[in-house]
Amino acid sequence: MAISKTESPPVVQTATARPPLPAERLALTDTVSWRKAVGTMWRVMQIGLETPWQVTIALLSTLLAAIFQLMIPQLLGRAVDLTQGVATGDRAAQDALLLTALAVLGVAILRGVFATFQNYFSEAVGHHTGYRLRLSYYDRIQHLSFGFHDSVHSGDLITLGLLDIEGARMFFATGIIRFLLLFVLIGFGGWWLLSIDLWLGLLALSFVPYVGWRSSQSQLELRQTWLDLQERLSVLSRVMEENLAGTRIVRAFSAQDHEMQKFREASVRALDLAHERVDLRVNSTAAMTLSFLLAMGAVLLVGGIKVRTGEMTVGTLTAFLTFMTILQMPVRQLGMLVNSIARTSTCGARVFGLLDLEPSVADVPGARDLRIDGPVLRFEDVGFAYPSARDTPVLRNLSFTAGRGEIIGIIGPPGSGKTTVAQLIPRFYDVTSGAITIDGQDLRDVTLASLRRSVKVVSQDVFMFTTTMENNIAYGDPWAEEDAIEGSSGDAQLHAYVDTLPERYRTVVGERGASLSGGQRQRMSIARTLLVAPEILVFDDSTAAIDARTERRILAAIRAGRDRRITILVAHRLSTLADADRILVLEQGRIVEQGNHAELMALGGRYRSLHDLQNRSYGDRR
Amino acid sequence: MSGETEVERHDVREDGRRPPRAVVGSHRVEEEMFGRVFDPRILRRIWVFVRPYRRQVRISVIAVLVFTLSQLSIPMIIRNAFDVGLAKGAWGGALYAAVAAFAAAIATNYVASLVQERSVGKVAENVLFDIREAMFGHLQQVSQSFMDRTEVGRLMSRLQGDVNAMQEFLETSVISVGDLVLLFGIVGCMLWLDWQLGLLTLSVLPVLFLVRIVWLPRARAAFIAAHETNSITNGALAEAIHGVRTVQGMTRQTVNAKLYDDMAGANLRTHLVAGRYAQVLVPVVDTLTGLSMAVVVVVGGAMVLDRTLDVGVMVAFLFFIQRFFDPVRSLTMQYSVMQRAMASGQRLTEVLDVPLKIIDAPDAVTLPQGTPASVEFRGVRFAYVPGQPVLDDVSFRVEPGQTVALVGPTGSGKSSVMALLHRFYDVTGGAVIVGGHDVRQITRASLGQQIAMVLQEPFLFTGTVLENIRYNKTDATEDQVIAAARAVGAHGFIERLPQGYATELTERGSNLSMGQRQLVSFARALVADAPILILDEATASIDSHSEQDIQKALGVLLNGRSGLVIAHRLDTIRNADRIIVLNAGRVCESGTHQELLALGGQYAELYRSGHASFDDR
Ligand SMILES: Nc1ncnc2c1ncn2[C@@H]1O[C@H](COP(=O)(O)OP(=O)(O)O)[C@@H](O)[C@H]1O
Ligand SMILES: Nc1ncnc2c1ncn2[C@@H]1O[C@H](COP(=O)(O)OP(=O)(O)O)[C@@H](O)[C@H]1O
Ligand SMILES: [Mg+2]
Ligand SMILES: [Mg+2]
Repeated sequence: MAISKTESPPVVQTATARPPLPAERLALTDTVSWRKAVGTMWRVMQIGLETPWQVTIALLSTLLAAIFQLMIPQLLGRAVDLTQGVATGDRAAQDALLLTALAVLGVAILRGVFATFQNYFSEAVGHHTGYRLRLSYYDRIQHLSFGFHDSVHSGDLITLGLLDIEGARMFFATGIIRFLLLFVLIGFGGWWLLSIDLWLGLLALSFVPYVGWRSSQSQLELRQTWLDLQERLSVLSRVMEENLAGTRIVRAFSAQDHEMQKFREASVRALDLAHERVDLRVNSTAAMTLSFLLAMGAVLLVGGIKVRTGEMTVGTLTAFLTFMTILQMPVRQLGMLVNSIARTSTCGARVFGLLDLEPSVADVPGARDLRIDGPVLRFEDVGFAYPSARDTPVLRNLSFTAGRGEIIGIIGPPGSGKTTVAQLIPRFYDVTSGAITIDGQDLRDVTLASLRRSVKVVSQDVFMFTTTMENNIAYGDPWAEEDAIEGSSGDAQLHAYVDTLPERYRTVVGERGASLSGGQRQRMSIARTLLVAPEILVFDDSTAAIDARTERRILAAIRAGRDRRITILVAHRLSTLADADRILVLEQGRIVEQGNHAELMALGGRYRSLHDLQNRSYGDRR
Repeated sequence: MSGETEVERHDVREDGRRPPRAVVGSHRVEEEMFGRVFDPRILRRIWVFVRPYRRQVRISVIAVLVFTLSQLSIPMIIRNAFDVGLAKGAWGGALYAAVAAFAAAIATNYVASLVQERSVGKVAENVLFDIREAMFGHLQQVSQSFMDRTEVGRLMSRLQGDVNAMQEFLETSVISVGDLVLLFGIVGCMLWLDWQLGLLTLSVLPVLFLVRIVWLPRARAAFIAAHETNSITNGALAEAIHGVRTVQGMTRQTVNAKLYDDMAGANLRTHLVAGRYAQVLVPVVDTLTGLSMAVVVVVGGAMVLDRTLDVGVMVAFLFFIQRFFDPVRSLTMQYSVMQRAMASGQRLTEVLDVPLKIIDAPDAVTLPQGTPASVEFRGVRFAYVPGQPVLDDVSFRVEPGQTVALVGPTGSGKSSVMALLHRFYDVTGGAVIVGGHDVRQITRASLGQQIAMVLQEPFLFTGTVLENIRYNKTDATEDQVIAAARAVGAHGFIERLPQGYATELTERGSNLSMGQRQLVSFARALVADAPILILDEATASIDSHSEQDIQKALGVLLNGRSGLVIAHRLDTIRNADRIIVLNAGRVCESGTHQELLALGGQYAELYRSGHASFDDR
C-alpha cells in the first residue's frame, strides 16, 4: 500500500456515530380527514392574509355587493306594489315609480362596482398566493437533498408545482368569497324573508339544510376522486414523458405497439375515474338545484294562496320569487364551492407536504464556512448506503487521504461505488458511518454553500440548460468574463467546435443539449467546472465518450492546474490515470488495491490484470 | 481562498444587479395563445374526434334545449300564476294548475340538466382522451428528426394543456348552445309578451357591443401577456426540477431564486393587469341590467297603471331581464375559452399533421425470418441540417455473421451510421441495404425485427429491472431474461439489488450506476434476439474486465449474427472482422486490425494514443 505524501492533519474525533437523517419522503396521497382539510385551507388563507388590504377590500366589497344585490328584489317588489290598487294616471304613483326606477339603477350600478372590486381583489389575493407558493416551492425544490430527488419522479414534482399550486391558490376567490356571498345572500335575505312572513320564509329557505348536507357529502367523495385521479394522471404523464424522452429506444426496438399498449392501459384507468368524477359532480349539482326549485314551487303555491286570501300583496310575492331567482346562481355555484374546498384541501395538502419537508442534508446549527489551506481530503472508515436502500451497503470502511497537488485515480467495475465516492465529497449525500473531512473539518459541520463552492464534480450525466453555450459554461460563475469562458472552453477542447457554430458562444443549445453529441456534452461539462477553479475537482468518468486523442489534451490542461488543487479522476482507460499519484481500485464498495502505477503493477493483482488486458497485444504494435 | 470574494462572485450584487450570464428557464415564448374565435378548418379537425360520439352530442344538445325551455317557462308560469291564478275572482284551480305546471317544469329541468351535463362531461372526457391517444400514436410514427428538433416539454404541454383546453371547449360549446337559445328565447318571450316594452328594454344592448369593441383588443393583449409570462415561469420551474443536481452542484440556488422571483413577480403583475381587464366589463353589464329594469319599472309600471299591461307581464319582464344577462355574461367568458381552444386546436393539429416522412413504401417488403443478415452502405451521404453534411460517400459491407467495427473521433459520424442503418433518418444520397433490400423498401416492423441496438445513452424506463430487460418482447421468459443478464455480467449486481429482478428502477434508472444501466440495456438488446446487433459505445462506462466478459459473451452471441460495433477503447474491437475508420464523415481507412496497423495511418496512431500509457511516453 502506498503512503500518502502529505502530512495528515490530526484525525477528527468522531466518537459518537452520526447516523444520517432519513431522506425526505413525499406523501402524495393522504387520507381524507376534515381536520386536515381545514388546517390546509387555513394555511392557504394565511398566505392570502399577507395582503391584508386586498383581503379587506375584497371582503367588504363582497358584503356590499351582496347587500345591494339583495336590495334589488325589494325595490322591484315595491315597484310592482306601486302599480296595484291605484287609479289610472295617478301622478304620485308615477313619480314614485320613477324614484324606484332610479333607485334600481343606482343600486345596480353600485352592485356592479362592488362586484368588480370583489372579483378583482379576490383574484389578486389568489395571484399573490400563487406567487408566494411558487417561490417557496421553487426554493424548497432547490434545497431538498439528492436522496429526495432520487425518490420522486420529476414529472410528479412538475405536476405538483403547476397543477397543485394552481388548485390551491384560488381558494380565497372560489372558496372564501363565494362562501361569504352565499352566506350573506342566504343569511340577510333569509332574515328579511322571515321577517316579512315567517312561514313562507321558512319554506323559501327549506332547501338550505339539504344543500348543506349534500354538499359536505359530495365534498368528501370528490376529494377522494381528485386524489385518485391525480395519481392516475401522473402515471399517464410518466408513460408519455418517458416515451418521448426515449424515442430512440422506442424506435430502435420497434416498440411502438408496446408503448401504445402501455399508454392505453394508463389512459383507460384515468378515463374511468374521470367519468366517475363527472357523475359525482353532476349528480350533486343537479340534486341541489332541484331542491332549490322545489322550494321555489312551494313558495309559489303557498304564496299564491296567501295572495288570493289577501294575506300578502302581489309585490311581496314578486319580491320573494325574485329573491329566489337571485339565489339560483349562487346555489348552482355551491357545487363549485364544494369543488373548490375539495380541490384546495387536496392540492394544498400535497403542496404543503413538500414545503414542510426539511432537507436531510443541510447546515447544522452553528455550521461554519469551510476554511481551506491545504487542502487535505480524508475519507475515514466511510460506510454508505443510499437513502432509498439503506439495507444495501454501497461503500464499506473506505479510507484514503488526498493532499494538495495530488491526482487520485479511481477504477472499478460498474456499481463498485466510484460515482458514490464522487458524490459524497460535495456532500450530496451524508455518509452512514465514518467521516469525510477537509483540512480536519467534518463535511457535516461546515456550511453546504462553502463546501460546494470548493468541491466540484463533473458528473457522468451531463445536464445542459436551454440557453446559450456561454451561459451554460458560466453556470457556476455567471459573472465570468468572456476570456475566462473561452479559456476554460479551450482547456476542455470545446473551443474549436464552438468556433464552427454560426453564433459561437451565443448558440442556444437545445433541451438537455439535444443537438450536441455525447462527447461534446461532456466537454461542455468539463469546461463549466474548470471555469470555477475549485480546490477539489472530481471527474466522474467524464471522458468516457471522448476519444483518446482529445482526452489526452484535456488531461494535459488538468495536469497544468493540478498544483492548486486535489484532483480525483474516475476512469476506465488506464491511460487516463497515467499521472495519478495514487490509484484506488474499488470493488463492491471496498478499496481492494491502492498505490501508484508501479506499486500496483508490482502487486500483481486486479490492476495488473486490467493493465495487461488493455495492453494485451502491446507487443504486436512495434 | 473561498470566503467573501466567492460569495460576491456567485450572488446578486449589492446594487441588485443580476449576473450577466445567469438565466433561468429558456425564455422562449410559446406560439400564439389566442386564435380566431371561429376557425372552421380546426373545427373540422376536431369534429373528427367528436363524430364517434355524435349520438351523445345530439342527446345533450336536445337536453340542453329542453333545459333552456324549462328555464324559460318558469317566468312564464309565474306570470300566468299572477295574472290568472291571483286575479280577484278568478278560477281557483288556476293557481294549482300553474303550480302543477311549475312542478312539471322543474322535473323536466332536473332530468334535462342531469342528462345534458353527464353526457357532455363524458363526451368531453372521451374526446380529450381520444385526441391524446391520436397524438401520442402519431408521435410514435413521426421521424426521428422531428423528435430531435422538438423539446419533450413542449410536446407534453400539447398532450396535456392543449388537450385540456379542447375539453373545456367542448363542454363550453354545448353550454353556449344553451346560452344562445336562452338569450334568443328570452328576447322572443319578451317581444311576444309586449313587443314595445320588449324593444325598449333591449335598446340598451348595443351599448354593450360598443364597449366590447373598444375593450377587446386591449384585453386581448393583456391576456396574451399573462399567458406568456405564465408559460415562461412554468418552464423555469421545470428546468429547476430537471437540473436540480447541477444547480446544487454549482451552488446556484441563491441566484436562481432571485431570477425566478423576478420572473414570478413579472407574472404576478401581468396577471393583475389582465385581471383588471377581465373585470371592467362587470359594472357595465350591471349598469345595463339596472337600466333595463329601470325602464321596465317606469314605462312598464306606467302601462300597468294605465291598465295597458298586466302586472304579471311586468313581473315576467323583471325576471327575464335578470336572467338575460347571465347568458350574456357567460358567453363573454366563453368567448375567451373559444379563442384559447382555437389556438390549442391549432397546436394539436400541428402535431397531428407532422408529416410522416419515414413510412413504409407501398411496395415495401417484409423481410422473412432467416434473411441473410447482411448490411451494406453504398455511397451514403447524409446531413441533419441541409448543407452541413455529416456523412459523405460512406460505403462498406458487413457480410452475414461478420462483425465490423467503426472507429473515429467524437463527432465523426459513427452514431449517425447506426441511426441510418435502422432508418431513423433517410439518407440524402446513396443507399443503405439490409438483407439485400434498400431499407426504404422494407417494412419498418420487419426491419426492427432484424436489428437490436444498444445506444450510446442507456435509456431505461421506470418499472422493474425485469420489465426493462424484457421491454417489448413481453413473451420472453424469466429464464431468458436471466440468461441475457448473465451473458453481459449483469446478473450478479441485479441479484444484489434490494428486490433483485423485481427492483423498481426510478426515473431513467437513476438508482443504478451508469455502467449498470449500460449492462441492463445490453441485456435488453440480447433478449430482443435479432440477427443484426448494433452496439454504440455500449461499454463506455464499463471497466475492461467487465467488458472482457461481455466480449466473451458477444463472441458466442455474435456467432451467426452480424455485428456493427462502435467503441473508443480500441482494444475492444480489434478482433472485428473489419475495422472502418471514420473521420469527418468519410471512410478513410478500412481493413483488419493487423492490416490497419501495418498501414500506419490514423488507426495505428489512434491505437497507440488509446494506449498512450506509462511505457510509451
Ligand atoms: N441513487 C441511488 N439510489 C440507490 N442505489 C444507488 C443509487 N445510485 C447508485 N446506487 C447503487 O449503488 C451502487 C454503486 O453505484 P455507483 O457508485 O454509481 O457505481 P459506479 O462505480 O459504477 O460509479 C450500485 O450498486 C448502484 O446500484
Ligand atoms: N440529431 C442531430 N441533429 C443535428 N446534428 C447532429 C445530430 N446528431 C449528431 N449531430 C452532429 O452530427 C455530427 C456527427 O455526430 P455523431 O454521429 O453523433 O458522431 P459520433 O457518434 O462519431 O460521435 C456531429 O457534429 C454532431 O454534432
Ligand atoms: Mg459511475
Ligand atoms: Mg456517438
